[in-house]
Amino acid sequence: MDVLKIATAGSVDDGKSTLIGRLLFETNSITTDKLEAIMASSKKKGLDYVDLSLLTDGLIAEREQGITIDVAHIYFSTPKRKFIIADTPGHFEYTRNMVTGASNANVSMILVDARNGVVEQTFRHFYISCLLRIPNVVVCVNKMDLVDYDQTTFEEIKNAFMDFAEKVRFPGQEISFIPVSSLYGENLVHQSAHMPWYNDAPLLSLLEAIPLEQHLSEEPSRFPVQYVVRPKSEEFHDYRAYAGKVASGLLRKGERVVVLPSGQETTIARIEKFGREIEAAQAKESVNVMLQDDVDISRGDMIVPLSQLPQQSRQLEATICWMDKKPLRAGSTYLLQHGVNTSRAKVSALSNLIEVVTLGADSTVSELKLNEIADVQLKTAKEVFYDSFAENRANGAFILIDEGTNSTVGVGLIK
Amino acid sequence: MATHNTAFPRELEDEAIYILREVAAQFEKPVLLFSGGKDSITLVRLAQKAFYPAKIPFPLLHVDTGHNFEETIRFRDELVEELGLELIVRYVQDSIDQQKVVEETGKYASRNVLQTVTLLDAIEEFGFDACIGGARRDEEKARAKERIFSVRNDFGQWDAKKQRPELFDMLNGRISLGENVRVFPISNWTELDVWNYIREEQLAIPSIYYSHERETFERDGQILPYSSFMMVSEDEPVSTRMVRFRTVGDMTCTAAVESTAIVIEDIIAEILSATVSERGARIDDKRSEAAMEKRKQAGYF
Ligand SMILES: Nc1nc2c(ncn2[C@@H]2O[C@H](COP(=O)(O)OP(=O)(O)O)[C@@H](O)[C@H]2O)c(=O)[nH]1
Ligand SMILES: [Mg+2]
Repeated sequence: MDVLKIATAGSVDDGKSTLIGRLLFETNSITTDKLEAIMASSKKKGLDYVDLSLLTDGLIAEREQGITIDVAHIYFSTPKRKFIIADTPGHFEYTRNMVTGASNANVSMILVDARNGVVEQTFRHFYISCLLRIPNVVVCVNKMDLVDYDQTTFEEIKNAFMDFAEKVRFPGQEISFIPVSSLYGENLVHQSAHMPWYNDAPLLSLLEAIPLEQHLSEEPSRFPVQYVVRPKSEEFHDYRAYAGKVASGLLRKGERVVVLPSGQETTIARIEKFGREIEAAQAKESVNVMLQDDVDISRGDMIVPLSQLPQQSRQLEATICWMDKKPLRAGSTYLLQHGVNTSRAKVSALSNLIEVVTLGADSTVSELKLNEIADVQLKTAKEVFYDSFAENRANGAFILIDEGTNSTVGVGLIK
Repeated sequence: MATHNTAFPRELEDEAIYILREVAAQFEKPVLLFSGGKDSITLVRLAQKAFYPAKIPFPLLHVDTGHNFEETIRFRDELVEELGLELIVRYVQDSIDQQKVVEETGKYASRNVLQTVTLLDAIEEFGFDACIGGARRDEEKARAKERIFSVRNDFGQWDAKKQRPELFDMLNGRISLGENVRVFPISNWTELDVWNYIREEQLAIPSIYYSHERETFERDGQILPYSSFMMVSEDEPVSTRMVRFRTVGDMTCTAAVESTAIVIEDIIAEILSATVSERGARIDDKRSEAAMEKRKQAGYF
């Protein structure tokens, strides 16, 4: 059973939460008690329709203001697959929550209000989807009911979007467009009778058919050591294994590997899952790895194939999305967490503040404010073993942590 | 209303094991909150797998409301015995006796809210820095907003508006003194995923999840288990029914469903055709529209 992870995107009020609610409603995924609660809340708010956005806007503040503030995770399944939808906020102010929701997505579902067309947040969210290298983008042109289900409006929005998209999309990224009405459920699960000019599949069929990323296993294998398992019990006296989740690629028994940072070469002697031996472990599998030789390994080290080494450096260049009220400045020091490896890091330079709409870049940057994006150079105290994010999503990103507040203040995508 | 059964997606298990290993690596004094319900039984299994062949490197904590199903307590003790786990129990009754909390009164009296105080006291007593819980995002709308590592302040409070960004699979468990983190390894599981997992792993569960005869009464359209802890009025006749429980909480706020399910396949079939959600049987959620968020703000998990 595969799982498709979707994140919504688009400006505030474009209908993201309503679309999710309606999709769940039409697939019979809302239980009667939840539906009754939503009906009661809608009535209480004085609405003459059932506001399905209340399904995901679960916080008191969100319901009072009728907006989404933080990501909600919603689950449903069809006979084809399981879906996890991260419903994200549209306001610029909450961009960091949008990035949180989008970081794990296979699909970015961008909504556009047919009356307004593409707006600044549409660009910004698409830009972020490209930065995060989300392989599939589905643009839902919503509220078609308010533009008389007009084909020309749809086509114009599509063209405007593509004009921008061509400049930022990456090779292989799929972009599709679909005209919908979330409020009335047009083109969500069933083909809309109001838009005979649109002949492609409705949204749900499109989502069911999106291929999952196959390339994960083709990438070079990366095994970050998370935890050392040493039972020291009588029965398992000499047992020693390295526990972790395969970040990318295929880890095989018998393969010659290098342990970083020590550089020692050895062979994978055994791979286990809960005591059961397996021949190979795939990306995202949590396993125990045992090595032929006695090497000194601790958390944060990385086991990689001898034939496919990652970059190894104390200097990083990355694009950063800033997520904290206190701006990032050159010269500041943070903790850098790359996977399960942590190091102190100092920002040595800041450049190219991205102006999302015009795609201009301001090369002289003194600081990076909340929700801004720019390029940085960092010096780390420890060596980091990475691949460029474009080549390997699972080994090319890091977060920055403020040592004073312990907060996660930024995310970096390594060049 | 899950309308389709599907095999258990194994990547959810891998993800949960990864999270549990992060807890063991990042925290000094983690604890697993164990209620004896299916979600915490699932957590115990995942923890076993995460550290095997070593023992689970943290204890279990049960906050005992005193209003338990005795089957759950028996099950808990057997599991702890069989797996050689360390179990800590703290009692809401003690918090009441120490006058830290006041017992609710009336028809809807429950100790569900009171247990937060007992939990926070236990966290302080042992200095726990991470509390692993079996809450799932699909259970409830406020829980749908939770992070996997959810930071709580000195008072155990959740601030929904100030959650840390959580990017990719990188978990930041850094905290200041006095703060703690609630960790939810099965955040992305649905009720059906849990049952499919229990079935595939052949896990034992307390007998109250299966159909059994029980003294019950009806209130507000729900079937409640009769017990001496509850105020039952004259117009609420007690009668024996064949029921089971979908979720296990404090006896005073957990409703039963009429059921003939005797094996796990029956339970799964029932869930697939159920039109009411799992927490629809939890009276504690029904106190108000935002009952869960308010409890979480107060330190509930
Ligand atoms: N007429 C019409 N209104 C819609 C449609 N989709 C959403 N809305 C309304 O637009 C408003 C914003 O919707 P919401 O889902 O909260 O937008 P979000 O901010 O993107 O999550 C609400 O009042 C919805 O009822 C649609 O397809 N047609
Ligand atoms: Mg919304």
